[in-house]
Amino acid sequence: MNGKKAIIGLLVENNANVLTRVSMLFGRRGYNIDSLTVSETYDPMISRITITTQGDDRVIEQIILQTKKMVEVKAVQLEDENEAILRELLLVKIGADESQRAAIRDICDIYKASIVDFSPSSMVCELTGKPSKINGFLDIIGKYQILELCRTGVTAIDRGAKIMVCENKESHRS
Amino acid sequence: MKLTGAEIIIEVLIEQGVTDLFGYPGGAALNIFEALYNRQDRITHYLTAHEQGATHAADGYARATGKTGVVVATSGPGATNTVTGIATAYLDSIPMVIITANVGTSLIGKDSFQEVFITGITQPVTKHNYMVRDITRLADTIRNAFRIAGSGRHGPVLVDVPKDITAALCEFTPAPKWTEPKVSSAPLSELQKVAALIAKSERPAVCFGGGIISSEASGELLEFVKKAKIPACHTIMGTGVIGFGDELDLGMVGMHGSMAANHAIDEADLLLAMGTRFSDRVATNLRDFAPHAAIVQFDIDESEIRKNVLVDYSIIGDLKMELRSLIPLVEGKERPEWLEMVSKWKKKYNVIGGKDTGSIRPVDIMCVIGEKCGSDVVITTDVGQHQMWAAQFCKQTRPRGFLTSGGLGTMGFGYGAAIGAAVGLPGTTVIHITSDGSFHMNMNECCTAVSNNLKVITVIFDNKVLGMVHQWQNDFYNKHFIATEPARKTDYVKVAEGFGARGFRAASIEEFEKVLGEALALDGPSWIVCPISSDEKVLPMIPNGGTVRSAILE
Repeated sequence: MNGKKAIIGLLVENNANVLTRVSMLFGRRGYNIDSLTVSETYDPMISRITITTQGDDRVIEQIILQTKKMVEVKAVQLEDENEAILRELLLVKIGADESQRAAIRDICDIYKASIVDFSPSSMVCELTGKPSKINGFLDIIGKYQILELCRTGVTAIDRGAKIMVCENKESHRS
Repeated sequence: MKLTGAEIIIEVLIEQGVTDLFGYPGGAALNIFEALYNRQDRITHYLTAHEQGATHAADGYARATGKTGVVVATSGPGATNTVTGIATAYLDSIPMVIITANVGTSLIGKDSFQEVFITGITQPVTKHNYMVRDITRLADTIRNAFRIAGSGRHGPVLVDVPKDITAALCEFTPAPKWTEPKVSSAPLSELQKVAALIAKSERPAVCFGGGIISSEASGELLEFVKKAKIPACHTIMGTGVIGFGDELDLGMVGMHGSMAANHAIDEADLLLAMGTRFSDRVATNLRDFAPHAAIVQFDIDESEIRKNVLVDYSIIGDLKMELRSLIPLVEGKERPEWLEMVSKWKKKYNVIGGKDTGSIRPVDIMCVIGEKCGSDVVITTDVGQHQMWAAQFCKQTRPRGFLTSGGLGTMGFGYGAAIGAAVGLPGTTVIHITSDGSFHMNMNECCTAVSNNLKVITVIFDNKVLGMVHQWQNDFYNKHFIATEPARKTDYVKVAEGFGARGFRAASIEEFEKVLGEALALDGPSWIVCPISSDEKVLPMIPNGGTVRSAILE
């Protein structure tokens, strides 16, 4: 799908199948999911989902309105990339023998990535940051042999006192 | 008071005002039917031949009465058989609650006998669904189902209840029936803007759909168009609201709509879209739809605004209430040139309905039904050519009187829907317009009409082909007729008699008039088979992607 990247935050009831419902809505309406994170909030009845998607303004408007309509969705917001804190976690396993370790360690130092595992032929680096930082790190580290890679996808929260609150309290737990 | 889960289900149905149920029993549903056995004084269960028929019946019941239709089905195949009926209701925004039984909680997920994950299967075709795993949540879950089905934009809600939950005991506290408060939600300033647009417009047109019927706003719509003197067309879902032949009636819009309606939309400088979602059968070309008009879209569902067609203004809210607020703001403005233009289109294209084929003709059949029955009947249809003819030539003015599967286009919808309408409106004659193709899908439901002695008159337009597909093969596929000429030898009169109904045949319009009279005099169901020509076409037709300027007229 062509269009801009958009990050959408959702508060949903923490019920069975709620993630399936949200992802099925995206599937059946042909919206892309580039990444999705979900976890329980401090209120065990409520989960927070952050979805990275793409589309022109009309598609993004539709995504927001369609998700808003779902019974278990308590709040929806479009995250402003300049205002919100966006974070992603990267774990990457690099094939590295003794001769390459020092150079990789230097790169990790510059990006403030930690080396969290070490074997005679490999090392695992961990990096948290906004997606552009992760991409930058991967561009550099990519010239070494990447054995495995996982990114959590973006999770987001607003800066300052602004908070996302549930628009209604009714429960659909059954 | 401690009740079993099954008793709680039935008590909540009674509490929500349910008097009629459509369904089919089975192993997992036995407790529910046992609870029903003890409450037959309050709820009547109608056993259908197939669960699909039960869902169409509940759907037809809801469309005809405005009440929420209710279905009870068992697990596994019972549940999967409801899916087409649920999707039909979903696409047309019909309030329905479907209660499916499932296997016991301990058997769930084990591929047990007659187990399916029906909440997973029906997620994309329900407004919401539930699987109840906690008996203490059962009563409120069913109440929620009714509230969701009947609030905002209506739709089906499924509640899946495992068998052990129907057997478990729980304290039950009665609650009052839920009713939706009607409120006007659009700001007055927005409505004033719309009124100003209307006052300024030289060529305004209204296009309304099923939303007018869902919100019971037919009276308000008529008052509005009459006061503002704006010609109005409707989608198939809005059939029956405005009088056929009324000065302001443009007829149906879209692919098989009237030329007057499509020309009016094409020429209008202001289009007021009310409770319609601009489907591809209405806005056949999204980029070139109402090209000269400012579009104002009224809908209760905000996500419909700009979904298919870009609009200039929108009013979000219940149509009945928004129209009530809008009516005092508008004035009747004389637009003689515009009304003249509209009336010219109506006269010029009035002849459409095709040529004489030497056989009995659908247009004439619809006219006879209109003359003989007036607006006292409910008409249901299946899907295909006959559906379009029924909609084009439906002469009755009766909101909730023309029941058709507009969105999903479900062949086989009509008979179940007719049963539901006949149950919901005792004493009302229901005319089911169908064809040889559609009727073969669900004619088995005739047994239900016979068992319950329902006055459903089925009129079969028998052209021996799957007409709509045949027409497309003829027009767009070089007459490559494949899988549309089934060479069936069905003797409808015998089949009707075999079911215990009456069967008639009418080869001429005079015969049709006569046997329709006989059918109307009966108490129970009957079929009238009318052998029509396979050359009959649905016209006009705007091909996919076309506009009124590319309409096929013959």
